[in-house]
Amino acid sequence: MSDKHYTEDHEWVSMDGDIATVGISNYAQDQLGDVVFVELPDTGASLEKGAEVAVVESVKAASEVYAPVAGDVVEVNDAIGDNPSLVNEDAEGEGWFLKIKVAGAPDLSELMDASAYADEVAD
Amino acid sequence: MKPDTSTGHKGLELEEPLLFELDGRDRSGVDLPEPDLSNNRLGGLERTAPIGLPGLSEPEVVRHFVRLSQKNYSIDGNLYPLGSCTMKHNPRINEKIARMPGFADAHPLQPESTVQGALEVLDTLGHWLKTITGMPAVAMSPAAGAHGELCGLMAIRSAHTANGDPRKRVLVPESAHGTNPATATLCGYKVDPVPGNDRGRIDLSAVKAKLGDDVAAIMLTNPNTLGLFEDEVLEVAEAIHSVGGYFYCDGANLNAIVGRVRPGDLGVDAMHINLHKTFSTPHGGGGPGSGPVAFSEALAPFAPLPQVVTKDGKLHLLETKTGEAAQSFGRLRSFHGQMGMFTRALAYMMSHGADGLRQIAEDAVLSANYVLSQLQDDMSVAYPAPCMHEVLFDDTFLEGTGVTTLDFAKAMIDEGYHPMTVYFPLVVHGAMLTEPTESESKASLDNLISTLKYLADKAKSGDATHFTEAPRLAPRRRVDETAAARNPVLRWAPPSSPAQAAE
Repeated sequence: MSDKHYTEDHEWVSMDGDIATVGISNYAQDQLGDVVFVELPDTGASLEKGAEVAVVESVKAASEVYAPVAGDVVEVNDAIGDNPSLVNEDAEGEGWFLKIKVAGAPDLSELMDASAYADEVAD
Repeated sequence: MKPDTSTGHKGLELEEPLLFELDGRDRSGVDLPEPDLSNNRLGGLERTAPIGLPGLSEPEVVRHFVRLSQKNYSIDGNLYPLGSCTMKHNPRINEKIARMPGFADAHPLQPESTVQGALEVLDTLGHWLKTITGMPAVAMSPAAGAHGELCGLMAIRSAHTANGDPRKRVLVPESAHGTNPATATLCGYKVDPVPGNDRGRIDLSAVKAKLGDDVAAIMLTNPNTLGLFEDEVLEVAEAIHSVGGYFYCDGANLNAIVGRVRPGDLGVDAMHINLHKTFSTPHGGGGPGSGPVAFSEALAPFAPLPQVVTKDGKLHLLETKTGEAAQSFGRLRSFHGQMGMFTRALAYMMSHGADGLRQIAEDAVLSANYVLSQLQDDMSVAYPAPCMHEVLFDDTFLEGTGVTTLDFAKAMIDEGYHPMTVYFPLVVHGAMLTEPTESESKASLDNLISTLKYLADKAKSGDATHFTEAPRLAPRRRVDETAAARNPVLRWAPPSSPAQAAE
């Protein structure tokens, strides 16, 4: 999954054309423990970069998920709303959170690539 | 797990179904004739099916609730080391005073002339609280600690608004009680978290870096939630005052400093006082909280209503924004506060006296440091000694054992102890915040210490299942928190139809 970029807040983003798919990292789900609830935004919502877009709640904690890029929410993953355990099982695949349509080319330079992120969470 | 008995009872610890499960056996305690509804005037709205209220006889009702109460853990049963909660003994003299008919039967709407004694309790308790805090004003009405925070922040907001400068941010340390950021948010402020330093205190340079003329206040707990005295508190107060902000002190841990340190001398502008912690009124299911708030000279004019004042030699409740209360932010709640807690707290203060209150703080700190000193080689202390009234362990000592803080806490239940506060404060990994309080004898502390030593040894010996399967001896085994949260059963259903998960 070398096309993914990661934030310091443990979101990942993967670009496909002008559509950014966003989720939380495998490391994040492991730290959170069993995820029991995910609150997702409405489609159509317009997001600033860094805005709070979702809430993920585990048996240990509730955490906000922030938009790694600016744009409009075009799709949310209803499957994790119905079955939050998907986030634990496949955080960086089937457990994605939402898709954002970005205007123009997003600046991902501030984000980490997979190997930099792996170093970041190594300790 | 069901015990191996024919009744389901475990010795004299009696199993008890839900009240609704006891229904349906025609044993209602009230025996009324069937009404004749043939000529009713309900227009077709009469009941067509039972409404599902359980029918039980009086002894069944009594036994039901007594059996449930026997499963309770309370300070009356054993040491209760729940950190930051100050689960101290509730002296029985408090109860005796609170039950005196002149207090117990007074009604808040009685004419003032008939409740001068009750008003004197409010006034005298207020005097003690002002003396203890070294602050000139006190609001008695807040119903508990978090309500007191709300009261303090509302007064701060009123002061800034009156000044034509409402401001936007409130600084809150990362180790704060969760109620602090919640309170600031509720008051419309943006919470700006302040990190701690490597000594477990607030980082003074971070406070200074975050200061600005949009900062309304800082909310600091002292001693803080790590059980440590904020030794740069004077500098923090000076810094916040230098930009025109106010210093809110979370007084949850007053028990450690009562009679020793006056928060007013530290530059505090508002502080709530948990009567149900420091001043021994029942809590944790045993009674309502009570959170009076002391105010500095600067905030006193904005204190809420009602206020007890002396008028023509009589005590009087000032309930409107007039006179000295012209700038008050108004009422916080109905009536005057938790009267039953005021009588108990004042009884506690007067039975101990000023010197006794000072000794409370000293003994509470001594107890915690004794526990720390006896366990520092068996468990891992998060910050170097000495601590204040609570000792904070982290989970370093459990590393590699396969036992988590949660498992360790559950194993304490099997040993007959309510666990300490776990996973709080959040800034310490696998935190175990232990507050023995001054109520416990050395023998009682030694029992706790030997139990924790035993469990720490057992965890390190590789017997992880002893912990992961705990509690084994409690009335119920460990709750599956994940399943409970993912598929909550929010409504009881009759046993004939299987319990339905919430839609």
